[in-house]
Amino acid sequence: MVKVLFKDHAGREQSVEAATGVSVMQAAVSNGVSGIDADCGGSCSCATCHVYVDEAWLDKLAAIDPNEDAMLGLSSDRRENSRLCCQITLSAELDGLSVTTPEFQF
Amino acid sequence: MSDTPATSELDRRPESKWSMVGKDPYAMPIDKIDLAHPGIWQENEFLPFLKRLREEAPVHYCAESATGPYWSVMKYKDIMTVDTSPHIYSSEPTIGIVDSFEEFTVPSFISMDPPKHDEQRRVVQGVVAPSNLKSLEGLIRQRAAAILDDLPIGEEFDWVERVSIELTTQMLATLFDFPFEDRHKLTFWSDAATAIPGGGIISSNEERWEAMQDCLATFTRLWNERVNAEPGNDDLISMLSHGEATKNMPPMEYLGNILLLIVGGNDTTRNSITGGVLALNQFPEEYDKLRADHSLIPNMVSEIIRWQTPLAYMRRTAKVDTELNGQKIKKGEKVIMWYASGNQDDEVIENPERMIVDRPNARQHLSFGFGLHRCMGNRLAEMQLRIVWEEIMNRFDKIEVVGEPERIYSSFVKGYSTMFVILHPKAS
Repeated sequence: MVKVLFKDHAGREQSVEAATGVSVMQAAVSNGVSGIDADCGGSCSCATCHVYVDEAWLDKLAAIDPNEDAMLGLSSDRRENSRLCCQITLSAELDGLSVTTPEFQF
Repeated sequence: MSDTPATSELDRRPESKWSMVGKDPYAMPIDKIDLAHPGIWQENEFLPFLKRLREEAPVHYCAESATGPYWSVMKYKDIMTVDTSPHIYSSEPTIGIVDSFEEFTVPSFISMDPPKHDEQRRVVQGVVAPSNLKSLEGLIRQRAAAILDDLPIGEEFDWVERVSIELTTQMLATLFDFPFEDRHKLTFWSDAATAIPGGGIISSNEERWEAMQDCLATFTRLWNERVNAEPGNDDLISMLSHGEATKNMPPMEYLGNILLLIVGGNDTTRNSITGGVLALNQFPEEYDKLRADHSLIPNMVSEIIRWQTPLAYMRRTAKVDTELNGQKIKKGEKVIMWYASGNQDDEVIENPERMIVDRPNARQHLSFGFGLHRCMGNRLAEMQLRIVWEEIMNRFDKIEVVGEPERIYSSFVKGYSTMFVILHPKAS
């Protein structure tokens, strides 16, 4: 099990534990983290699991693929550290990952 | 949505219109099923046709149709595959089932592929982003309240005309800060952009062109007024005229974007407002749940949008030879994603025919589409419906539907032309 810390736009924090191999989106949804809608169920096609990844963790993530990049392009709140968290798979290396949810999902 | 799907001249011949209506979907040869016929949609007979195809021919070829041959994609998962594969299934030349035969086209990114689609959409998507809409909530609520307060109690009236159309039109006027007394023009331009000549709205393509010229002239005047005003106004025209990426748009692109915003936000929301009332009448125990707990409204809004599915389909065109769920699709063939069927697929959605106000995972529906063309105004639509339902539940114990609503003659726009109701106020 690894820990993931979710912060919302107002600074409220929620720490959850999840198994390696699941996505950050699944970790959020199965622990009732608010601010993640995940309308498409994890197929990188709705951009409603948008998170801002804390800088310290950015280098540890797999590179963004063109499809995720295009879907993130649908959000007007995109930043440098934006990711769709259905595309981040938890591993031991990501234990302690910290992300912030935007005020609105697309 | 500048195209006119499923409404070719052929389709309006009576023998064509009625060729599927009243028939048992299980008694006809499966290859003769033609979902593009508006008749079964208008007569509310489409569900068993969709069910049979989902069960027996989930990727179905219709060789003979007034709209030309086409593939139908019926299952939720296959629709997801098509919608998320723009490199195989193109949105060009059009997203309507009928190839455009009209002279009137304006640039609109709904029928473009990447990269052009992405560039043009990026220009306007910010204006309907939730962060921008927040400031409009108060005004939308105030106007929704005024419409509802003006309705007659205890007597029959047409909900579509008095509420659904009026609310949607007023909301559009609010979003554009359009001269309020002229707001009916927005509805007319929206209808004129998509109507078939001779169908009651306009009589010819020339008349359509005149309407569009009038639309462009009016919006250009508003643009010029606002571009010189101080920045900071939060209506859509001010945002476009002051926005870095949009302030130098050529006129036809401005018109295309304005029309997409008007059309996209017009009958979809209108028919979801009506559909919600109808669904609560068909499932009175759901109405009871809602009365007992108004906090179910946001979840119910997603469920209504699924249950209604205000646009029955979107079309793609195969860019290459490909295979989908065992069927070989050739380059150039039309592929119709029947959202109205995918939203009824019981492999993904339990008891899909029921509208369940507290349905788990209600947001997982196909009505907005998925992938790069996913509905840009989804959050605006949800906000409008949420506000309307909050204001309705504050006032009325029941909106009672009287008789059967009249549905629209279209296999694309799934909606209502009239629905009579009687209002029962809340006991105070």
